[in-house]
Formats: sequence, structure tokens, C-alpha cells
Amino acid sequence: MSKKRISRRKFLVSGGLGTLGVLAVGTYLFRNPIRRGIAGAIDTGETPYMGNTSSPIIWFEVTSENEIVLHSPKVEMGQGTFTSLAQMAADELEVSMEQMKVIHATSASGNMDGFATGGSTSVSALWVPLRELAATMREMIKKEAASKLSVLPTEVSVNNGVVLAAGKTMTYAEAVANVTEWDVPDTPELKEIKDYKYIGKPIARVDLNDKVFGAPIFGMDATMPDMLYGSVVRSSAIGAKYKDAKISKAEGMPGVVKIIKEPDFVGVVAHSLIQAENAKNAIDVQWEVERNWQTADIEAMIEVGKGEPFIIQKEGDAEDILNSEEGVVTSEYKSPIGAHAQLEPNGALAYVADDKATIIMSTQVVKISRDEIADRLGLDKDQVNMVPTFLGGGFGRRLHTPNAIQAAVMSKAVGKPVKCFFTRKEEFQNDTFRPPTHHVLKAKLTQDGMIEAMEHNVSSGDVAFGSPMVPSIAAPILGADLGAWRGGMIQYGAIPNYRTISWRVTLPFATSWWRSLGLLANTFAIESFMDELAISAKKNPAEFRLAQIQDNDRGFRLKEVIKAVVEKSGYKDEVVDGRAMGFAVSTDANTPCAQVVEVSIKNKEIKVHKVTCAMDPGIAVNPDQVRAQCEGAIIMGMSASMFEKMDVEDGQLTPTIYGPYQMALMKNAPKEIDVVLLQNDDKPGAVGEPPLGPIGAAVANAVFRLTGQRLRSMPLKLS
Amino acid sequence: MNISFHINGKPQSVEIADENTPLLWVVRDILDLKGTKFGCGKAACGACTLHVDGEAIRSCSYAVKFAEGKQITTIEGLGNEQNPHPVQQAWIEEIVPQCGYCQPGFMMATAAMLDKIPNPTDEDIDNNIINVCRCATYYRMRKAIHRAAEISAKSKSSIETQTTSS
Repeated sequence: MSKKRISRRKFLVSGGLGTLGVLAVGTYLFRNPIRRGIAGAIDTGETPYMGNTSSPIIWFEVTSENEIVLHSPKVEMGQGTFTSLAQMAADELEVSMEQMKVIHATSASGNMDGFATGGSTSVSALWVPLRELAATMREMIKKEAASKLSVLPTEVSVNNGVVLAAGKTMTYAEAVANVTEWDVPDTPELKEIKDYKYIGKPIARVDLNDKVFGAPIFGMDATMPDMLYGSVVRSSAIGAKYKDAKISKAEGMPGVVKIIKEPDFVGVVAHSLIQAENAKNAIDVQWEVERNWQTADIEAMIEVGKGEPFIIQKEGDAEDILNSEEGVVTSEYKSPIGAHAQLEPNGALAYVADDKATIIMSTQVVKISRDEIADRLGLDKDQVNMVPTFLGGGFGRRLHTPNAIQAAVMSKAVGKPVKCFFTRKEEFQNDTFRPPTHHVLKAKLTQDGMIEAMEHNVSSGDVAFGSPMVPSIAAPILGADLGAWRGGMIQYGAIPNYRTISWRVTLPFATSWWRSLGLLANTFAIESFMDELAISAKKNPAEFRLAQIQDNDRGFRLKEVIKAVVEKSGYKDEVVDGRAMGFAVSTDANTPCAQVVEVSIKNKEIKVHKVTCAMDPGIAVNPDQVRAQCEGAIIMGMSASMFEKMDVEDGQLTPTIYGPYQMALMKNAPKEIDVVLLQNDDKPGAVGEPPLGPIGAAVANAVFRLTGQRLRSMPLKLS
Repeated sequence: MNISFHINGKPQSVEIADENTPLLWVVRDILDLKGTKFGCGKAACGACTLHVDGEAIRSCSYAVKFAEGKQITTIEGLGNEQNPHPVQQAWIEEIVPQCGYCQPGFMMATAAMLDKIPNPTDEDIDNNIINVCRCATYYRMRKAIHRAAEISAKSKSSIETQTTSS
């Protein structure tokens, strides 16, 4: 056991929660320095926890009530991460789930992930470090308890947060009380998976009661004494640059505290939200608009052959084979601009005073938000404390939050806390949209119906390159936008010749991360095309795909989900009683997922009755929440594939409200969703995004069976 | 002007400059009941649904002046951990919420529907529950709505049994 004597100052901090001790076990990160980058997350789903190791990092608190408070560096946006992390910690700490509390780590706690919460990586990134930290802390507590009980450490056992030794007991809270120095042992061996009590079990969400009884847990619910309300003028026009504003009319309006004119924006601070909004509407802003954009302009930009091409996948010689026109099947597909439409608008509550800033907000990028605010206010980074809240939906919308800067600037100007949120119209017009795409697919079949060569060309607006998470220097190095090609590579490794080419286009409005990134559109295109090929080869679409998959680990897992979904759904490539089944499969971030849908059509309206989904995320830390993610992702994917579409009219993005922005509602949700979970990997993988992949193509493929009509554009509408 | 109503069973009066202020902001910012959510401000998403005299109302588009003399119930008054409303009990049993932001609006809409239609069909649910959930928890919500109907029916029948036997 290495003796790293760490002073109480560094490892124990008194807190406001009746805290007895805060254990910050940061040594792990020194032993395993983490240097892998963001690209790993996109392809394999493996993005490590990228914490700051220079100062103490708070992970766990033991409260006087003998509860363990986990400070999560990952935010909870519905994906269930808090619950999975609590299960992982509880199992190694030997405490009950009832004793585990999970809160968002503030940036001041030091436990801040430099990556983000996104990419379906939270559980996989913390799978090893969190359990090692918990196991280390358990051993530290055992040693302290042994010393306090005057027994040998080997005589000590633990259960449900209580130390037992020689007939005596001591709670963890008692064990950590008044400890001034800690020995940090070498990291203990982790338990075997089969010995876990909570990991792998369908434990109820830890945030369930808060969310059922209306607790004020979201960013928009935050308040502070003397809080004022801010509102920022945002342009409706694409590409509008703020020039100047006439504010005299707004200045005298009821409740107005101050009009704030900055070089890049103008905003109002008032005593109530309504007053702030009213005054904002009285400000006359001059915008500089370069062009009156229309949908047709955008569609003309998003076209394979325009922009910069990058070959991102190449095997054999597809180019030559597909150059001859004879026997080559070619198809095109399109997807529209998609909005995030998360229910809680973006915003922040900021309090800037005495060279300190406190920002309470729902964000997926705690560190980026903090650094941007510090930069704008001219503060050191550690003078800005980010207090993350539960997110009223994330979906990638909160991976860039410049609105927090505006709240902070306005708070500094009035010396009081200022809460400032987007209106719904502002959300719809200032979103970081899912970019529209255009796909051209080509393939040639052999005489016995195997794919000899296949090519996927995808043109897309920026995804990763539209985000401050990817430094601008990365674009020329990486070339292709790794977000745009997520799901765009051909997953059928038994095809001897294939390649994928990504065409990059930068659009005049912001496009960036949207749950599953390119997966939704790319899978729609590739898996619709695979269906077309299966039909020309006169083969069962599922069997046709199985034949094109290579024999390796990845191929094995892919085949297994296909077989599982076929078996569970009773998949048949035929129409029965006016209903048809459609099949599609994708691999996203190393998680394969296959789906079969059952649809009927009435008055040209597509009705999805049942979805069967087989997914292999490796270890499902919480199988119930993995199922919940599949159910939600399937319906959200249906919504995006069948209903949603933003247009550009006279220079503005439209529509600007739910309803006109059509989405799947209760009436559109399938009555049956059957999820089969496979486990052909020995660690947890991506969950939140992979099940969005197959649904669009599965629906389109079923519609083709029923009608003979091949729907090549999302949203899927019958003519 | 002064407006008086009952909220979650208690009398309440508020002094408000603009009587057309949406009830949502009075509930959230003056009465500090944050369970009722802002989603769109145009009665298009249902996140702000609460009950006025037992009816499900989208409070972002309901002027506070109309609340005079009315009984208002928000998610905080629907039930609590010790005594959950059948809808809340069902939501817990089915583990419905994901991000959770829209869920109070859905639960309030469901509770109001069950008062009128104690045993709703799937079609009743499709026609009456028209709020927006971006996490798309609709599949579990539908199960929870049916379960809530069962819980209500059971508790009613047990009350009737007690009444008969006493």
C-alpha cells in the first residue's frame, strides 16, 4: 500500500449538507492519464472521463445521516446517467441505493468533465474510474473504522454503509468523522460483475420522486434573492449581424431597470419577465442582413458533388467497379433541417459581483460555458462557479450555451442576479439545427445476389465543426466532419469493395449536434438502399444483410441483434391483414441495434403499430433505463423521420412553434414496443443514441412493402 | 389590482399591475411554485397545464384576472410523496419520466381526463392527451394512464366497501 499522506485541507472539505467528510480520490487519474480525443467517442463510443487533475476533485461526501452524496461530473438530461452512476458507486461502496444521493458537481468542486455530457458516453466513460474511486473510498473507510474500533483491518467487513468488526458496528459517517489525514491505498481489485447487487438490475430512477412531484430542479426553476429578469433581442433573420439599437422608448417602460448595450447584443433587465419582454419588443434594433435566404437556396447547397469531399472509408476498389453503368443501382435520399425542440428553453441565472460569478443553468458543457464566461468577464476561470441543474431536455442543444454569457454580462451591469431565457420563437430560430443532408448510394450485385461494390456519398451541413467543442484548428486536420458521418460508414464488412465519401457544406445558419448526429439521416439512406438491393437480389432483407456481414467481433454482434429482432418480431417480408413489416439495422458508437416495425396505412397516413428492437449495448447497468432510452429514441426517431421539418422562408427559419413544427404525439406513438437486450460485450457501451438509427428506414421499408412507393425524403409522406 | 383565488386548497391573493399577466408567471414567479413549466407561451405544448376549477388549463395563455374566485391546483397540490395522486403513483410504478420537464403538465392533463373519463380507451388517451414530450415517453405514459385508472377504481371501490360496511 503506497502511503500518500494527503492533508485534510486537500481531501476534506466542510460543506453545507451536514457534511462530515468529503473524500476526493484524485489519484486514479494520475495513474491513468487520459489522452484520447473526441473522435474515439464518435466511432467507438469510448470517450474517457477527462477531468482536471491539478486540484482536489470532490466525488463523494458522507453526510451525518450516513448518506453518500455523489458529485456527478455528468449532467442528467433524462438519459438516466445519475441512476446508473449511483448503482455503480453503491456496489463498490457497499451501501444501499437508498443511501445514495446524486447531485451535479459544480465547477468549484473540481469535478468537471472537460469533454461534455453527450455522445452516449457518460456511463462508459465512468465505468472503470467511478467504481475504482468507490472501491478505494470503501477501503479507506474500512481502515479508519478498524483503527477507531481497535481491530485489524482484516477483521473488518462492510454492509449497507455500516462497518462490522468483532461484534461491533460503526456507520461510515462515524468512521469518517474527525479524520484529519487519509492514507490513499493502491486501487483495490474491483468485484466480479456477478457479485454486484445493483449493477445489471432495473433499479428505479434516483430522480423519480423529484420529477413526479414537481420539485424545482431545472435551470429555469432557479432563483436568487433580489433576482431580476433579463431578455436579449434576437434576430429572426438568418445571418443577421447586430449593428445598433434605439433604446429610448424601452428605457422608460414599467419595471425596466436597465437597457444593456454591448458590442454584440442589446438586452433589457427588468423586475419581471413580462416587463423585460415588453421592453425588449420596444427596442428598435438595426440588423445587417446579407441575403434573403429561401429553402431552395439551402437545398441547392446540400448536394453531393458540391463542397469539399473527403473519403472516410475505403476497402477494395468500389470506384472503378461502380464507374461502369452496367448493372449499377443508384438511389438518392434526403433529410431536412431538424430542430431540437427540447421543452425547457435555453437560459441561465447569473450573479456577478465582487469579481465572482455564479451561473446556475442547464448545460451539457460545464467547462466550455465556464471558460467562455470567464473570458468575456475578464475573470480567472476559478472565479466563475458553474452550478449545473437538471436539464429539461438536452439532445445536443446545450452543447453550446453563449446565452449564459449574456446573462452574466447583464448581471454584472446591474450588480444583481439576472435570469434570462429564450422565448420559444427564439429557440426555433436560433437553434443549432440538425443539418439537412443529401445522399447518393450506388451498388453492384453479383449474379448470386451478393454486393460486389457499394458507395455512399453524403453531403451535410456541419455538425462537429459547428461547435466550439471541436477547436477550429481541428477542421483542416480532420477534414471530414466526424459528426456528419456518424452512422454514414458502411457496416457490411463482407462486401469486397466499398467506400464512403463525406461532402462538407457550411450553411448560413448554425448547425451542430442533434441527438445521434448523422446517424438518423445516414441510416435512413443506407438501410433504405439495402432494402432496395435486397429486393433486386430477390432475397429476404434480413437474410440479405446477414450475408454481407464480416466474421469478426463487430460482425458477430451485428448479426446477433439481427437474428434476435427477426426471432422476437416474427419478421416476415410480406403483407398480412393490411400490415407490413419493415426492417433496418445500424451500428452506432459500437452499439448495434436492429428494429422491425409493423405499419398500416389509412388515408395516406402511416400508422406504426409495433416496434421490436434488439440492441447490444454490452453490459446494461440499468436494463430498465436502457429500455426507456430505446422506447424514447424510437418515438423521437419516428418523430424526426415522419413529421419534423424546418423551412427557410424569406430569410427566416420557420415554423417557430410546436404544432406547425409537427412532431410525434401520443396518438402517433406505437402501442407496442418490444425491446430485447443482448450482451455480447464485457463493458457498458452507448445507449441513448444508437436506437434512433434504424427507425426511419424501417418505416420506409415497411411502407414500400405495403404500397410499392419508395419514400426517399424525410419526413416520410405518401403522395 | 388584487386578485384572490384558492391555490392547492389555500386562499391566496396577489397584487398585480397587469391583470393580463399569464397565470403561469404568477404561479411560478410570485407564488414560487415551480412545478408548472414554461414551454412555449402559446398553449401549444402543454408543459404549463394546471387545473382551474378541475379543468386542465394551459396557464401560459390564461390571464390571471380570470382566476378570480377560482380553485387552482398545481402539480404540488395534486399529491405528495406521503399521499400521491393515483396518476403520480402510476407514474412512479411505470418509471415514466426521463428529463421530466414536461411531466407535470402531462400528469395534470391526465388527472383532469380521468375525472371525466375514469376508464379511458386508447382512443380517449390519444384524443385528450395532446401535450408534447421531447424525450417521447409516450409509450410508458400510456401504460401509466391505464394503470392510474385502475388505481383510482380500486381506491374508489375500497372506499365504497368501507362506507357500506360501516
